[in-house]
Amino acid sequence: MSATIIIWSVSIAQILLALAMVAATLRLIKGPRAQDRVLALDTFYVNAMLMMLTFGIRTGGELYFEAALIIAVLGFVGTVALAKFLMRGEVIE
Amino acid sequence: MPGETALIVILLLPFMAAFVAGFLPQTARNTEAWLAGVVAVIGLGLSLWLYPQVTDGGVVRAEWTWMPSLGLNFVLRMDGFAWLFSVLITGIGLLVVLYARYYMSPSDPVPRFFAFFLAFMGAMLGLVLSGNIIQMAVFWELTSIVSFLLIGYWHHNASARDGARMALTITGTGGLCLLVGVLLIGHIVGSYDLDVVLASGDTIRDHDLYAPTLILVLLGALTKSAQFPFHFWLPHAMAAPTPVSAYLHSATMVKAGVFLLVRFWPVMAGTDLWFLIVGAAGLSTLLLGAYFAIFQQDLKGLLAYSTISHLGLITTLIGLGSPLGLVAAIFHIVNHATFKASLFMAAGIIDHETGTRDMRRLSGLRRALPITATLAMVASAAMAGVPLLNGFLSKEMFFTEAVENHTGSLLDQSLPYVATLAGMFSVVYSLRFIHKVFFGPDAVGLEKEPHEPPHWMRLPIELLVLACLIVGIIPGITIGPFLASAVTSVLGPETPYYSLSIWHGFNLPLLMSIVALVGGVLIYLALQRYLSSGIEGPPWFRNLKGQRIFERLLVTLSWRWAKALEKLLGTRKLQPQLRLLIGTVLLAACLPLFMGRFAPNLSAFVGFDLGFATMWAVGMACAVIAAYQAKYHRLVALMLMGGAGLVTCITFVWFSAPDLALTQLLVEIVTTVLILLGLRWLPKRMDAPELVRPATLMVTLRRYRDLLLAIVAGLGTAALSFAVMTRPAFDSVSRFFLERAYTEGGGTNVVNVILVDFRGFDTLGEVVVLATVAITIYVLLRRFRPAAESVGLPEQQRIQADFDAEQPHRRPGDTLTDYLNIPSVIMQWMFPVIIVLSMYLFLRGHELPGGGFAAGITMSIGFILQYMAGGTRWVEAHLRILPLRWIGWGLLFAGGTGIASTLFGFPFLTSYFQYLEVPLIGRVPVASALLFDLGIFLLVVGATVLILIALAHQSVRSPKAARAPRPLGPVGGEQ
Repeated sequence: MSATIIIWSVSIAQILLALAMVAATLRLIKGPRAQDRVLALDTFYVNAMLMMLTFGIRTGGELYFEAALIIAVLGFVGTVALAKFLMRGEVIE
Repeated sequence: MPGETALIVILLLPFMAAFVAGFLPQTARNTEAWLAGVVAVIGLGLSLWLYPQVTDGGVVRAEWTWMPSLGLNFVLRMDGFAWLFSVLITGIGLLVVLYARYYMSPSDPVPRFFAFFLAFMGAMLGLVLSGNIIQMAVFWELTSIVSFLLIGYWHHNASARDGARMALTITGTGGLCLLVGVLLIGHIVGSYDLDVVLASGDTIRDHDLYAPTLILVLLGALTKSAQFPFHFWLPHAMAAPTPVSAYLHSATMVKAGVFLLVRFWPVMAGTDLWFLIVGAAGLSTLLLGAYFAIFQQDLKGLLAYSTISHLGLITTLIGLGSPLGLVAAIFHIVNHATFKASLFMAAGIIDHETGTRDMRRLSGLRRALPITATLAMVASAAMAGVPLLNGFLSKEMFFTEAVENHTGSLLDQSLPYVATLAGMFSVVYSLRFIHKVFFGPDAVGLEKEPHEPPHWMRLPIELLVLACLIVGIIPGITIGPFLASAVTSVLGPETPYYSLSIWHGFNLPLLMSIVALVGGVLIYLALQRYLSSGIEGPPWFRNLKGQRIFERLLVTLSWRWAKALEKLLGTRKLQPQLRLLIGTVLLAACLPLFMGRFAPNLSAFVGFDLGFATMWAVGMACAVIAAYQAKYHRLVALMLMGGAGLVTCITFVWFSAPDLALTQLLVEIVTTVLILLGLRWLPKRMDAPELVRPATLMVTLRRYRDLLLAIVAGLGTAALSFAVMTRPAFDSVSRFFLERAYTEGGGTNVVNVILVDFRGFDTLGEVVVLATVAITIYVLLRRFRPAAESVGLPEQQRIQADFDAEQPHRRPGDTLTDYLNIPSVIMQWMFPVIIVLSMYLFLRGHELPGGGFAAGITMSIGFILQYMAGGTRWVEAHLRILPLRWIGWGLLFAGGTGIASTLFGFPFLTSYFQYLEVPLIGRVPVASALLFDLGIFLLVVGATVLILIALAHQSVRSPKAARAPRPLGPVGGEQ
């Protein structure tokens, strides 16, 4: 019983996350401002991290959590670099 | 000392001495000469010592394994014929060394001369002693290369450079032909061993590939021995120092060709084709060489053409295909070496003493140089074939052979007449040499007052002329036994009866000799008028310059045709290049599809997942739009690429490849930052051409065509990949790795075990490349000058700086300090966390996803973060990062682990693993591969950080950034 619930909820979560990614991508493509795109990319990263977590729940493997962990710890680096680039015109001063 | 040791010493000693000679001081003329002399004496002595073992067809053989998988062994083999050549090479080499000691001026760079000279001696010895035909071809090419260096010794001289280049082009091309020919012989015989080849003469001659093999081998031999029509490089090689000419063109270089012909004579000669090619080449060279020699004004030019002619004589004798002809050929090889070496040396002395080699200016030297004159006269007489000298004997044998009927063809019928005519010509040029230079009135207007050279310089000539005399008078007891052993080793049981005596009775050959002598004198008298006019070269023929034709040919081939091809097919625009490339790929892929059947396994479409499909649609959209935006909106394209990369990572995870996903994710982050760093220095954004001018119909059509091409190629690739991946998997190598990763590599993470253990050597190569690339980028960026438009401060910074300046309560730089202030603190605190993460990934890499590479990238992300948070100056004031040292230590660790295994007697990079009991942690697996992985970790960190810092320092170095309180040192911190 509980297994069925989990399978269903994980599948729905995955589809919803994928839709969230679609939404983020639309912003990424459309913009209109570069700042919107940076935010979209960050959202994309967060969604990807959550997607990994759902995989982990679905399969019970630990490695997916680690992949999620790495996005969580390091995923923001790209966003920071982009933000810095937009604000100051260069990443490292 | 056994014979094998002697052989290897003979071969290796010159090369080792060449190495030593190259490092002696510039002025060490005497030391160099002593070194070379001792090497030659040892080689000569050992050869002489080996003589008893090579008589009567005996062979000294030494064998070492070389490439056993290909059935190739390194074989040294000395039989009577090779012995004769080794004695010539070392003996005449010794004399030339002595001569060169006095010839070379103290201002010449002698170490180079003697180093090349010794290397040449070694290459030549290697050639004649080779018992493996591939090895022979290798030494053959080595002689070409070293002779190039020797001919071009005075490289400040244009003619020396041209001569050297021409010699290398011709003999090198011939060498390549020879290599192919030798490979064909190996294919026919089934072995590259010379003894096996020599025993399979009938197999070779009856094989279908005989004709191409023969032609290729002959191309090698005839180019090397300067046979018509490849003869023209030899006169131009006279730009070399005279000792080089004396050595290369008497006993060694050019004799390599005839050596090869004699070597392969037992297995290839005796056919009509052989007679036709070798005989015709030899005969025309004999005649033309002698004719041209008459009209040379340069002493060395005369000798060069006479060398060509004598080589033609030897080649003709070999081409006849009769055993007696071969005896005469070998005999003449020795005789020619002796008299020609002495004549070259005499010419060198004349040049040295008078300052010119131009025969128009030389005259009456017999009064100033009486001894040299006498010696030169005897040697020239030997060259002309005057009785009681060695040249007479072999020429007499040649005439005897010429009279014999071999095949009855026109070529054969004309032989006696051509031989006599060539004999006359050789009398003419020998006579001219002596008469013009040593007789007549004293020369006027010479730069120097000629007098006899030092005795030691003349000694080599004296010894050689003495040899000419002794062999000429008592051949039977001097050269007889050695010649016999050489002939026996080539011909074996076929050795004919021959007589070396001077007097064979009054017969046709003697008559031909007399005709040649008398006729030669008469022709010389008749030609007085033409010769004294001082024109260089023979009538009519002088307009036909081999060099001109050669250079025209080269220019046409390597310049005109290349240019035309480039014009036809080349373009500097990226779009046509890509169009060509992708179009070709498309055609190449379609061809097999039309011929075969394209049947993808469509039943593989099972387990369709809506979430995954949506994600893939997102990924594809990102990738396509990134490509679309790449030209005009770089930042957007970069972000979209990030999206596509992330989808790739998730795909890896989905299909259970966490290792790949992990690495891809980390690389994705670093790449984004690195490209952003570079983006700052790219030229400003281009405006889309539509904004400048509207697209014409042609442009629109072209774009749609390209789009179509891209779609077709992309879909095709996808379809092919799909078809391949849905096929049942082959029993590939991966099972081997999966089964053995734990049992033999001691790790459960197969990918990591493959990287650091099974294919460790490959990984080592890759990380070395990575280090090289990083250092190259660092070096290039040190001198980087940004484009004028991107030198200045970015627009944002200007606006912010102005804002700071205008507001009364703000100080300059406040915006920078305030910006991302809190995130910066967190980023700085993240540093230790990231280090721990990196250590974690590294340590468990052998068992679970992770490893040196992933850990290294993680670590460098930590550094990047610090740079972004604090800025270059803050980081470098607080952290000492020396990426070059990281790289160095990484290489040392990785390489050192590999070498360590050899200390225990295992092959390079063999790994070792063991469980260790560590207090507190417990039982941990320890593999030596972990150390190797540590090396990779260090190197990856070093390389990434080096590139990063090199880019980051650009903004500090940029001239507008003169606000820097102090100049920064070099990036690596290594002064």
